[in-house]
Amino acid sequence: MIEFRMPALGADMEAGTLVQWHKKPGDTVTRGDIIAVVDTEKGAIEIEVFDGGVIDRTVVEPGQKVPVGTVLAVIRAPGEAPGEPEAVVAAAPATPPPGAPARTVSEGALAGRSVSEGAPTHARVSPAARKAAEHLRVDLSSVEGRGPGGSITVADVERAAARRGAPGPADRIAGMRSAIGAAMARAKREIPHLYLSTAVDLTRSLAWLVSENQRRPVTERLLTAVLFVKAVARACVEVPALNGYWTDHGFTSGPGVHIGCAIALRGGGLVAPALHDVDRKRLDALGREFGDLVKRARSGGLRSSEMSDATITVTNLGDLGVESAYAIIYPPQVAIVGFGRVVERPWVIDGRIEPRSVVNVSVSADHRATDGREAGLFLAAIDRALQAPESL
Amino acid sequence: MTRETIREAVVKALTGVAPEIDPASLNADRPFRQEFDLDSMDFLNFVIALHASLNVDVPEADYPRLASLNGAVDYLANRLGAS
Repeated sequence: MIEFRMPALGADMEAGTLVQWHKKPGDTVTRGDIIAVVDTEKGAIEIEVFDGGVIDRTVVEPGQKVPVGTVLAVIRAPGEAPGEPEAVVAAAPATPPPGAPARTVSEGALAGRSVSEGAPTHARVSPAARKAAEHLRVDLSSVEGRGPGGSITVADVERAAARRGAPGPADRIAGMRSAIGAAMARAKREIPHLYLSTAVDLTRSLAWLVSENQRRPVTERLLTAVLFVKAVARACVEVPALNGYWTDHGFTSGPGVHIGCAIALRGGGLVAPALHDVDRKRLDALGREFGDLVKRARSGGLRSSEMSDATITVTNLGDLGVESAYAIIYPPQVAIVGFGRVVERPWVIDGRIEPRSVVNVSVSADHRATDGREAGLFLAAIDRALQAPESL
Repeated sequence: MTRETIREAVVKALTGVAPEIDPASLNADRPFRQEFDLDSMDFLNFVIALHASLNVDVPEADYPRLASLNGAVDYLANRLGAS
């Protein structure tokens, strides 16, 4: 039997609300299938399954909010016989066992943090009350049941909603702020950051981009950000020490180059979902995937793998007019790259002063995993990649 | 195609990327990119939406002419030969 658990969709997630099952007991699933939708401070996320098999039973019902690591469903491995319903313990373990979803980051993401939500509620809830709770965004585990035998009724849900005040986008933003705050406080507390930056001459890249976009239809135009992400991927291949995770056992190399892209959300907050295998993708494909990722980040529909398996993050604040960005590492990653605004500067080339387009690139790196020399090589690799845009 | 049709398409493309924009309170001469905090991806999606609704492919070099609502309507009307 495989226990399918609430994944950690990033270091700042402690709990999630199951919104909907996409699969039901008896359904066959294969790795990568979307099995459920979970609501978090960062919006509704589609949860993918990591192991193939047949759904034996679901343990958590829609509307329930449960801590990361809680068993959501039990999956029979191929050929396995149906199991005993009571075999599953509902309480969340402190850390998921090996093989749990999002295992690449769960160790680091959960380290030093206890699960505060406790076991999911098993109070009886009337179907109407469950519907009301979903509608009013009330966490059923926090509702006191006053119906027959302590069951939760619509009136109980409405009372809980009234006590909490009107729910709305403000609640979500406040929740996201506190989640980001917790993750960043942890990063600042635990990660000895080192910061390096360099100015990169972007003139060649921009000229190439202009001529490239001239011959492309509007739907296939490339943004400067796509070149940045690809250049970072090149650097990750050349200097792998900055691409991966820091866990209790030390540094682990990333299983690929999965670049988290910090995306600001309209109305406040941000998410950093991953573009996968950036080093192996062509710019055309990357451009499309990047556009799709931004769209889904802002409208909902990000997938669990994107939320949990970035091996390094890129933040691009140039659109805001910022000249340099020194970012905080998103644990358990060991580096984050910041791009500022592209500016025209007098630049000395072969003893002559020329106007050039320049961008400040910074890297924040975890000093436990690497040092200034490697981080410097990493920046140099980004620079080199951006001097040859046609081969990106 | 009339200027009014073009105007509607521009407003629709704009609210498509930034749903919080209230078309009624939109100042037609103010550059909207900074006012509504549109980043380069938003702007690209805006241009893609115009392409989808009006079948006009705006080259990158002309992006500055789409800066405000009135500017965009003038530019597109010119491109489309609107009355």
